[in-house]
Amino acid sequence: MKQTAEKSTSEDLTALEIQEINAIINHYEDHTSVAIEALNIVQKHRRWISDSTLKAVADFLQISLAHLESVATFDNLIYRQPVGNTVIHYCNSVTCWMLGSEQIREHLCQRLHVEPGETSADGQYTILPIVCLGACHRAPAALVGDELKIDLNTDAIDEILKR
Amino acid sequence: MARIQIDGQFYSVPEGNNVLSTCLSLGLDLPYFCWHPAMGSAGACRQCAIIQYKDEEDTRGRLVMACMTPVTDNLRISLNAEQARQFRRDNIELLMTNHPHDCPVCEEGGECHLQDMTHMTGHNLRRYRGRKRTHNNQNLGPFINHEMNRCIACYRCTRFYNEYAGCDDLQVFGIHNNVYFGRFEDGALESEFSGNLVEVCPTGVFTDKTFSAHFTRKWDLQTAPSICVHCSLGCNISPGERYGELRRIVNRYNGDVNGYFLCDRGRFGYDFVNSSKRIQHPRIKQRNACIQTAKEHFHQLLTRAKRTIGIGSPRATLEANFALRSLVGETNFFSGIEDTEYQLLQTVSQIIRDGGIHSPSMREVEQADALLILGEDVTHSAPRLALSLRQAARNVSIELAASALHVPSWQNAAVREIEKQALTPVFIASIGRTRLDDIALDTYHGSPDYLANFGFAIAHYLDSSAPEANALDADENKLAHTIAAALKQAKRPLIVSGTSCSSLAVIQAAYNIAKALPSPNRQLTFSLPECNSLGLALMAGNDLQQAFTAIEQGQADTVVILENDLYRRAEKQKVDAFLETAEQLVVIDSLKNPTTEKADLLLPAASFAESEGTLVNNEGRAQRYFPVYPAPDSICASWQWLLGTMENSSWQHHDDLTTACAQAFPDLTAITQVAPGADYRVKGSKIPRQPHRYSGRTALHANIDVSEPGQPTDSETPFAYSMEGNMAQVPPALLPVVWSPGWDSNQAINKFQEETGGHLREGDAGIRLFEVSGTLAWFNGIPKPYISEPGVWEVMALPHIFGSEELSLQSPAIAQRLATVCALMNPLDAEQAGIDNGDCVIISDLSGASLLTTVIQIDTNLSSAGLLCITAGHPKFQALKMGMQVTLRKFNSDSEVGS
Ligand code: SF4
Ligand code: SF4
Ligand code: FES
Repeated sequence: MKQTAEKSTSEDLTALEIQEINAIINHYEDHTSVAIEALNIVQKHRRWISDSTLKAVADFLQISLAHLESVATFDNLIYRQPVGNTVIHYCNSVTCWMLGSEQIREHLCQRLHVEPGETSADGQYTILPIVCLGACHRAPAALVGDELKIDLNTDAIDEILKR
Repeated sequence: MARIQIDGQFYSVPEGNNVLSTCLSLGLDLPYFCWHPAMGSAGACRQCAIIQYKDEEDTRGRLVMACMTPVTDNLRISLNAEQARQFRRDNIELLMTNHPHDCPVCEEGGECHLQDMTHMTGHNLRRYRGRKRTHNNQNLGPFINHEMNRCIACYRCTRFYNEYAGCDDLQVFGIHNNVYFGRFEDGALESEFSGNLVEVCPTGVFTDKTFSAHFTRKWDLQTAPSICVHCSLGCNISPGERYGELRRIVNRYNGDVNGYFLCDRGRFGYDFVNSSKRIQHPRIKQRNACIQTAKEHFHQLLTRAKRTIGIGSPRATLEANFALRSLVGETNFFSGIEDTEYQLLQTVSQIIRDGGIHSPSMREVEQADALLILGEDVTHSAPRLALSLRQAARNVSIELAASALHVPSWQNAAVREIEKQALTPVFIASIGRTRLDDIALDTYHGSPDYLANFGFAIAHYLDSSAPEANALDADENKLAHTIAAALKQAKRPLIVSGTSCSSLAVIQAAYNIAKALPSPNRQLTFSLPECNSLGLALMAGNDLQQAFTAIEQGQADTVVILENDLYRRAEKQKVDAFLETAEQLVVIDSLKNPTTEKADLLLPAASFAESEGTLVNNEGRAQRYFPVYPAPDSICASWQWLLGTMENSSWQHHDDLTTACAQAFPDLTAITQVAPGADYRVKGSKIPRQPHRYSGRTALHANIDVSEPGQPTDSETPFAYSMEGNMAQVPPALLPVVWSPGWDSNQAINKFQEETGGHLREGDAGIRLFEVSGTLAWFNGIPKPYISEPGVWEVMALPHIFGSEELSLQSPAIAQRLATVCALMNPLDAEQAGIDNGDCVIISDLSGASLLTTVIQIDTNLSSAGLLCITAGHPKFQALKMGMQVTLRKFNSDSEVGS
């Protein structure tokens, strides 16, 4: 949902984005079902989905803007605000929580001087929670960029942030 | 039937429904939020938990959601088991953790489903002390307030808005504990049915903004059963009053007509009653007069008259029209409708009476399994009907779900999924795009002549004895065959047409198609212009042109006009001439308009909220409305003005008029049974208009007089302007509001229905005047297609939900949502005329006199050449009438400054 009153304008998708969306569009029954994949494609190129990008995708798929926003805000991996170079999603579902995801969160936040949802001052990292990553047997877990990290502890976090 | 056991009691109930609905139908109290009888089950709120036992031996049972559990034989459940009660209590406590507990400032308070359920579950103590998440609210336009913090995430709003009403600008955003129901950005809700959110939402998230502007608690509102006067469907409404001001409209359930829902015109159009345009006093030659003087003057005018003619109105009641007809005499009574429309209405009434085809209620419309709409944009001409048609579009998938997959219709999500595979065949033939195009399998566009010809072709393909139409081109021909085949196969095919095109041929073609259908369950319905168009048509009378002629030729000198602004009916010059030639002009109406301005004697009429009367809707159903509150002393109901001047009449009361009217017209015999008469009593007392908690009666008028005035008396209806009286077992036609102990919200309706979502006990209100009988010969007036002359356009004045109806237009909220002022044109025409989208043009009549300037919008859906589509009745387009021929020229701002 849009929080500011400023008028956003629709911008165009790039030829490459259009090509990539067109390549998968026929895998789906209707355009509404393409929504998530189309957003993924565009986000891959732009790192996050701005209001105007969202409008461009909605126009391209000819689906309602509100509907696309509904999909975008439901999906944990679609970013509707600018994010850092790497997004760290720490899992806060039940197993990770039992095995210390709160410490993981605290440590991450303390190291980067941010709160969950924020980006470090150098623009390197954004910290966000996520639901179960399917790695309960090796909890606590996190998604760092698109890499799954398991058996986390504060040392492991320091190691990740060193890179 | 299934034999089931609930808390040790045995019941015999229909199999296959869900347990929640069944329990409610049995009169049991079980809390719920997300389930809605019209929308089925979602299983989203977890409020309807009960215990289900495997068998007689099972003592523990397991927790299930009643709304998701089907009724099967030998089902054994408990509503009262402590475990289930505990779960429901805890569930509501959790739903309430983020709720702001702001009932005292919430418009929902006092009629809130959430309050009722909280109370019912016994969650009386707030334990949560944590932070609450909060949301920003949006400006959703003039109709609806938004207060998202009150949301309990039941998803009823989006399910209604997206799935039931088919609009997609209201959505749910976010995930888990942080979901938001709103629009992408601020802006008016686009659906024509947005007002239903007020009643669908179980909390105070969506409330009525027009009501907020002069808010009163439900228990302080005075109410009476009423009928919407803003289109021909006659939806049942409960208007509420306080301090002599009409405060709001809510839905009044009628299982046959509007069910649970109204359109936004009907819900928000009421404010005209409070408008500054109301005529507050009688006026003689433009000067205020008192009632007595006005009555005497009226009498004198009539005595002085050589011959008086009366002009009736399709927006006045049967009784008022009948009183006028009786006053002036049958031959001097004119229907007040211009001749084309008059002809259309005569044909429609002939078809409904003698056509031998069922005229369906909206409930029946929802059962159709194939449908063709011929010539109507139903959302704009008969809004609530469009909502029913949208439900009909789901029938084939519901049937498929049940037969092939054994999924019951109330399993909402599952059935919606099946919809992607199969939908009811819906076809729309219309002038341009319509708001139902998204449910159409195919559409056909053309001018009314083309539509009629297309219809005649379908009829002929269905039954070769029907007259043959003019040849169609290959594509059209194929489509006509497809439609004929789909309709032929259907078990319950439905044809929808109406008067929007002002084309007799369209209506006749619709009849031919319906007549050609083999199914015994075929149905045909028409959308008509006004709330009593059919009633007036059944009273015959002559058309307006004949009244003009009578005055013009000096056959009459005095005119009495009943609730009718003639300037909306005929061209200005004609009306001017008519009104000026008449030596004495009496006008009875409620709002000032160009016709009332001309009156020698102007008599202020009570609005629908302050008077009583019978209307006949498009289905042929007679329904009565009752005064919600008394009109101010200086205002009378139209029928009272008329009756008051009839010498030696034995008629004293409204009921006398109803009875006499029923006797005068065989078609209307049944109108006396529409509702019990004024002498009806419930256990010896009148029915109170005020709830038993009505407050402040002694103090209401203390600013004027500290002594409490007596309650006004009502000798015309079974109702009292009072809280005293008897509310138990009131017949449906007389039910002002629904309330039941523990059920302050509108959900109390469950207690008044035979089964949830079904008919009201003792039968839904209203009497159908016609049942299937007779048959008519094939109509064979196949029109020659209209060939446009280059440079000449034909005006198509088409209905719009906000803008075309006279009274609602005077309500500020509706005025804010007025249709955009523009004229639509087909792309080819525009290209030839050198007009671009958004160009300003000057429209002139054929004599060259310029009428108005407007913006042109190019519409690719307009396929016929030479049509210029505008909003009918729109104040900006007063000078243009349906079917008028006009020329256009581009407005050049440089050369025409000041023109
Ligand atoms: S806004 Fe109302 S209807 Fe919609 S989810 Fe919230 S409580 Fe339910
Ligand atoms: S559909 Fe017609 S009768 Fe029903 S609420 Fe709307 S305007 Fe009134
Ligand atoms: S009513 Fe059954 S889960 Fe909501």
